[in-house]
Amino acid sequence: MKILVCISDVPDTTTKIKFAGNKELDKAGIQWIINPWDELSLTRAIELKEAHPDKIENITVINVGTTASEPTIRKALAMGADNAIRVDSEPKEAYFVAAQLAEVIKSKQFDIVFTGLDSADYNGSTVGGMLAELLDMTSVSAVSGINIEDGKVIVSREIDGGTQKLDVQTPFIAVVQKGIAIDPRIPAMRGIMMARTKPLEVVAPANIDNLTEIVEYEMPQPKGKCRKFTEENVNELVDVLHKEAKLI
Amino acid sequence: MTVLVYTENREGKFKKATFELLSYAEELAKNINAEVVALSIGDVSPDELNKLGNYGAKKVVTVKNDKLALLDNKLYTAAIAEVVKKENAKIVILADNLSGRALAPRLSAKLKAGLVSGVVAVPNSYDPFVIKKKVFTGKAFANVKINSDIKVLTLSQNSFGIKEASGNAPQIEAYNVELAGESNAKLVSVDMITGKLLLTDAEIVVSGGRGMKGPENWTMIEELAELLGAATACSRPVSDEGWRPHGEHVGQTGKIIAPTLYIACGISGAIQHVGGISSSKVIVAINKDPDAPIFEVADYGVVGDFQKILPQFTQLIKDVKNS
Repeated sequence: MKILVCISDVPDTTTKIKFAGNKELDKAGIQWIINPWDELSLTRAIELKEAHPDKIENITVINVGTTASEPTIRKALAMGADNAIRVDSEPKEAYFVAAQLAEVIKSKQFDIVFTGLDSADYNGSTVGGMLAELLDMTSVSAVSGINIEDGKVIVSREIDGGTQKLDVQTPFIAVVQKGIAIDPRIPAMRGIMMARTKPLEVVAPANIDNLTEIVEYEMPQPKGKCRKFTEENVNELVDVLHKEAKLI
Repeated sequence: MTVLVYTENREGKFKKATFELLSYAEELAKNINAEVVALSIGDVSPDELNKLGNYGAKKVVTVKNDKLALLDNKLYTAAIAEVVKKENAKIVILADNLSGRALAPRLSAKLKAGLVSGVVAVPNSYDPFVIKKKVFTGKAFANVKINSDIKVLTLSQNSFGIKEASGNAPQIEAYNVELAGESNAKLVSVDMITGKLLLTDAEIVVSGGRGMKGPENWTMIEELAELLGAATACSRPVSDEGWRPHGEHVGQTGKIIAPTLYIACGISGAIQHVGGISSSKVIVAINKDPDAPIFEVADYGVVGDFQKILPQFTQLIKDVKNS
């Protein structure tokens, strides 16, 4: 079985977001990380490969990005991916990214493709589903667990009001959320050394139209000042919540 | 022209989020002289379908097909796409929830229709079509232009509200879709949460952080939640420590919620946590540190020891409820 993990590099989740004018993200001082959901997907893929070395032969990571995303790709290789592909383009928007990924995947065979349910930057929750449709593949969304049992791939997904376990035939795309792995794999020194020599293939982008574009950014309106109470006048807060805000 | 709304049901009943979607669609449709058509997949009673008319649906297309018994994203997308074509819909609206997030991207790629997910308002303009969405987990907004003829949107929950419309009973039309192929997934087991209010459905959420000191103190949170008819939640360190289940984690990498009232106890307000709750209408924070960042986003705060504050707070609310 071959696994592909799609990774995007995003600003660290603690980043204070600023824009240059209102058109562009101010990238000064931002630390870039593997999108948290992608990092958990890769962790789970590595765990599966370790548990089933006879079944899983290879883990590839793929990224649509410029040379700026190579440190993130190298980190994924250091974590334990076997090889990497980078589609050499700015990731302009979700459809553009999905279509670039689809072009690469078409020419290679993967049994399970992981994508993150969300991205910490544009919060699209979109690439996985688009990719599946472009490749006419099955997609399972909100995946919180994946296991290989008796040669079958068993997937847990969250649905409205509960969880389902599914026996899913490969190939398919798993759109992954929290729970898939507990803690992300931390690269060991040996992994970091090995990552330098692992293959990273750079692919030229295909010609794809953008379906959407960001016109401008806005910052949220600052909130009014917080009205503070103390241990001694909690009764006043309850009064306000009851009479003014009418919430209780 | 029509605006098509995918209306999801849970065991034959529509949720408030669905009525919000229709209210939003009605407002949008008015601006472009279009009609709202709702699409309902599965078994829903005529009475329940009629409710959709109260929020603006002029027509409800119902689709029943054995192949749609299990939520298979590919087959559902095929069914929705067929109705989009049949109704000549130019705008398709889904909820920004589990199923909306699963289906909207597939639909976007299938129809080559630009998708903006998690929109928070009606479009700024229709030609060009520009609409506002949250980015960087609520830390900013982006105004996004859609270039394609058909547009797909998912609406961020509680961003528009529910508005009743004129309320004529909608025309109900059963429509038969032909679906090629079978699902590649077989259901092994289901585990539904029963007898408990779902975090994403709750109007009020009571949440605890590491400042609660230990799982034994959650009885205070639970007691308050029960009194308010609220769901319980927690911050990431709490679920990582195993004090509470992962399903309760709200924040950037957990659940993103938008209740009417969010009560944060012993939560310092790390930026990742705030990302998951910043759309709440009113935030009340209880924290011993007067400089905790949670007070920057809170509407009301109590500075002090939760062990003194929470029992009082609960008792006072009990008194209000009994009066």
